[in-house]
Amino acid sequence: MTKTILDVEELGVTFRTETGEVPAVRGVSLTVAPGETLALVGESGSGKSTVALAAMGLLSGNARITGRVAIDGTDIVGSTTGKSGAAGKAGAAGSSGAAGKAGAVELSRLRGRTASMVFQEPATALDPLTRVGAQIVEVIRNHRPVSKAAARQEAVELLRRVGIPDPARRAAAYPFQLSGGQRQRVVIAMAIANDPSLLIADEPTTALDVTVQAEILDLLRELAADAGTGVLLVTHNMGVVADFADRVAVMLSGEIVETGPVEQVLLRPRHEYTQRLLAAVPRLAVAEPGESAAQASTTVSARPSAGVTPAAEGSAGEPVVRLRDVSVVFGRGGRAVRALDQVSIEVRAGETVGLVGESGSGKSTAARVALGLIAPSAGAVSLFGADLRRTRGRSRRRLRAGIGVVLQDPVASLDARMSVAECVAEPLRVHRSMSARQRRSRVEEVLDRVRLPRALADRAPRELSGGQRQRVSLARALVLDPRLLVADEPTSALDVSVQQAVLEVIAELQADLGFACLFVSHDLAVVQRFAARVVVLRAGRIEEQGRTDATLLHPETDYTRRLLAAVPVPDPAVQRRRRAARQAVAGAGA
Amino acid sequence: MTAIAEQLPVAEGVTGLRLVVRRFLRNKLAVIGLAVVVAFVLFCFVGPHLYHTDQTHTALDAVNQPPSARHPLGTDAVGHDELGRLMYGGGVSLLVGLAAGALATIIGMLWGAVAGYAGGWVDAAMMRVVDAGIAIPALFVLLVISAIVSPGIWGMVAILGLVSWLVPSRLIRAETLTLKNRDYVLTLRAIGGTHTRAISRHILPNSVSTIVVAATFQIADAIMLVAYVSYLGLGVRSPQTDWGGMLSAGLTAVYSGRWWLILPPGLAVILVVCAFNAIGDGLRDAFDVRGRS
Repeated sequence: MTKTILDVEELGVTFRTETGEVPAVRGVSLTVAPGETLALVGESGSGKSTVALAAMGLLSGNARITGRVAIDGTDIVGSTTGKSGAAGKAGAAGSSGAAGKAGAVELSRLRGRTASMVFQEPATALDPLTRVGAQIVEVIRNHRPVSKAAARQEAVELLRRVGIPDPARRAAAYPFQLSGGQRQRVVIAMAIANDPSLLIADEPTTALDVTVQAEILDLLRELAADAGTGVLLVTHNMGVVADFADRVAVMLSGEIVETGPVEQVLLRPRHEYTQRLLAAVPRLAVAEPGESAAQASTTVSARPSAGVTPAAEGSAGEPVVRLRDVSVVFGRGGRAVRALDQVSIEVRAGETVGLVGESGSGKSTAARVALGLIAPSAGAVSLFGADLRRTRGRSRRRLRAGIGVVLQDPVASLDARMSVAECVAEPLRVHRSMSARQRRSRVEEVLDRVRLPRALADRAPRELSGGQRQRVSLARALVLDPRLLVADEPTSALDVSVQQAVLEVIAELQADLGFACLFVSHDLAVVQRFAARVVVLRAGRIEEQGRTDATLLHPETDYTRRLLAAVPVPDPAVQRRRRAARQAVAGAGA
Repeated sequence: MTAIAEQLPVAEGVTGLRLVVRRFLRNKLAVIGLAVVVAFVLFCFVGPHLYHTDQTHTALDAVNQPPSARHPLGTDAVGHDELGRLMYGGGVSLLVGLAAGALATIIGMLWGAVAGYAGGWVDAAMMRVVDAGIAIPALFVLLVISAIVSPGIWGMVAILGLVSWLVPSRLIRAETLTLKNRDYVLTLRAIGGTHTRAISRHILPNSVSTIVVAATFQIADAIMLVAYVSYLGLGVRSPQTDWGGMLSAGLTAVYSGRWWLILPPGLAVILVVCAFNAIGDGLRDAFDVRGRS
């Protein structure tokens, strides 16, 4: 048997909660060899993060663990005794000896030294009140007897290795002074501070923009290759898997359903679930280097594109919503932030306009200006032909009856204290005087339209899944027959399979009802499938705009090109070529 | 961009009423507190119908009697049956406490919600009023007003309510600040819903846990304050009385060994105030999802 750095056998995890026992992981076995990257993929609730936490002995006290987990030959969770209980809570005294099972002391020596972890959210993984250099020094000195000065030297060197510019000065910075990507680099510096042989990365790039994600993945790949580190990568993003992993394990409701080399699993999936999952991933149509424009556009139109209806493409007439030279400034004086700068956007009836850009580019702000939630500092907004500045009070509210809104967070979008029917009926209560029975029948009609069973009407939102909740939001947005739908990242919080269903419903209804749609998303692949026109925002300015097929296949600006190049596609071979091309461009630019 | 996906199964802030009740019932102290409060309510409001005494006329032939079969807790200096008086006075204490606690919470709730929701200079102005109010000791205001207007029961309620709404208003304002930026409130505003609707249909119903917990502690405080004011002789006027008034009346009896005039009302105040505090703690833990480990 070859040497493994992480060995998980028949792992089972059950959480004791107030509402009873919840099984999270069943019979999971996997290994990671030195220098190898195993990607653990699956949708939310599949138990992939639980496996990662169990491997580090970091599960909370209410977890019951069975099976065996060994890091570098040391048992974190032992099966020999059949003992249950949270790892790490095992008695420190004596238990580490004979059975070879790690006690609390040994476990903490193992963590950060032999194995270390990179978490999803860099903002919360760092102590906000300690300088980043000092946080790295702490990790070093926890495990190795080096002097403070030597550790400080090492910390600066580590920051240099993870690509932080001017590391000697940045070591004295507090986390809030760094960008999200830089923070994640610091987290990685801490993780590799003691040359671990195993790195567990739980969604390490999910909270980051695509361009930053690409850089972080490059960094992790290099570090792992240099030091021969084994990596367990937990992710839901098939593009990241294609970019980074050697082998893939696919999880479904707590079990591994398919394992294999990355090419095999992503290109020739055997399990029906993996096939379904991959089919649902929106793929970015890309112009391969050397491919002509004509070829590329056939690739796009051959795809069953959900949103682009023929009518939408050539629609003319008065725009439903129009932002003209809109600027938004938050704060005043020296601290003022220009969130939008001279932005003009129009959306016509029946048309979908995609608003894309990185975080902080102002796309959500633009959507909120269109909704009238943020008043522009300069410029004009007209809604259904009426200037929003000239309307007040009642007439302005009446104007807004023509707007439907779907926002990102499926939990926060619905008031938990209302039933589904009450949530959907709220716009009716605001704008129409109807009897309870009329309202009810209208609600049921709309629920049908978004393909939710009428039986859900009297349920509480918390009883619904994320996808169902977003469809309730959509039903609420449509209940007044809006002329404009503003959707701000409506599917970003959803799993890919659910995302597809929600997008299909929106597209279908748009074809039927002909509303205009302003669609904000950071996911270029989704926008490519869904929007007829696209507006690319960067730091509050419009970088470029045009028809989606043209703009996203043959962008005119470097920024859009870089944005597109950074999107990982779920095909290992294609992704390898794309990566090489991107790095060549970056290298030439530097 | 932030992946909420992983946390999706856990519905944040959503606690079924049943779950809250179950968690509350697991807290022994809170359940005991609830039992004590229920017992006192029955004692004070149902008791007088079963145990008839005359609490309006003096009975000078039966003053200062020690406990006996006819008067289980003896009689006071003007011949009132002490057990009956405990019921009668307790009724006033509880009524004033509950009503004043509720009034303070309602005023604080509206003030805090409007300030938090409006934001900007409206918020700043309204909260400076609260700061100024908190800077003046409530007890001082209470004593001055009671001395000037010599209030009856409802006067007491009004005065207590007006001096103790400040803390709840701050709590509700903080709650409102987080709730007003929830997506469902933004959605309502975007489609043209009124501010009144946002506050009354979304913000206040979702602050109900904060409101209920604040109200419970307000009631305990109010009962305490009523006793305090009456003890100083500025509370409800004779022949009406409350537990604080009974303590005040029995003060001279301490030195003559007539414990039955001091201990029962004193213990009653302590028990009821502790009970309401225990209920408040229990409710806070039961509502607070994040507080569990």
